[in-house]
Amino acid sequence: MVTYQASRQLDALGDPTRRAIFERIAKGPLAVVDIARTLPVSRPAVSQHLKVLKDAGLVTDTSEGTRRVYSIDQAGLAAVREYFDRFWDKALDAFRRTAEAIHAAEQGKRTTHKTCNNQRK
Amino acid sequence: MSSPETSVRKSVVVNTPIAHAFKVFTERFDSWWPRTHHIGKVEPYTAVMEAREGGRWFERGVDGSECDWGKVLVYSPPTRVAVSWHLDANYAYDPDPTKASRVEVTFHDEGNGKTRVELVHSQLDRHGAGWEKIRESVGSTGGWGGILEGFAKSAVA
Repeated sequence: MVTYQASRQLDALGDPTRRAIFERIAKGPLAVVDIARTLPVSRPAVSQHLKVLKDAGLVTDTSEGTRRVYSIDQAGLAAVREYFDRFWDKALDAFRRTAEAIHAAEQGKRTTHKTCNNQRK
Repeated sequence: MSSPETSVRKSVVVNTPIAHAFKVFTERFDSWWPRTHHIGKVEPYTAVMEAREGGRWFERGVDGSECDWGKVLVYSPPTRVAVSWHLDANYAYDPDPTKASRVEVTFHDEGNGKTRVELVHSQLDRHGAGWEKIRESVGSTGGWGGILEGFAKSAVA
């Protein structure tokens, strides 16, 4: 099931320049001028790409004085964190139970060897 | 490096000595790691975390094919192990190290045969491009949400 929003995001990231811009913003908030400096793309072109990324819900912008600063849409990041939060809860719970079960089994074996000395020959 | 916004922190106390906890986590990784879902095209046979720095972290299918998940970045028994997570939102391996997140696990002796295991999965923003996919798969009942429920049970059996 691909939602309308998801397919728009995939389309937005299908363009290599937009993907490069998105990856730079993923490392930390950036202004248009900062992005244009590190890519062989004009500032108006960067602005156009940012508009597509923003419309797709991938980045958000805030104004700092006369500059617009772009950062990753935190709703998306929250989804990733929630996913791994749940994943590790379950995985670590499985780890704990397995580690304890193996430990108990090894302890049990040791006890059996020590006490089982009355078997018939 | 591990800003709270882009990382997940977990802590669990295990009722075993520290050396045992470390050994099960690493050498016996296969005994607890969820295998109900996997990245290879065939059924997974085993899951391996190589016991050395620079080692691999992978699954081996029933036909012998191997699918990487990442690299062992730190291997320091019995207190610390770290691996890179190279899987994207589709659970496909992406070899680009700049798109990999990091899982760091430390083991702390709590006394009385108990060990506290702390896990930090950081640099999650590097998985940026696949967020919407992850949200979808978590949300659907046949997706990861449902699968994860199942493996906790199978690990105990």
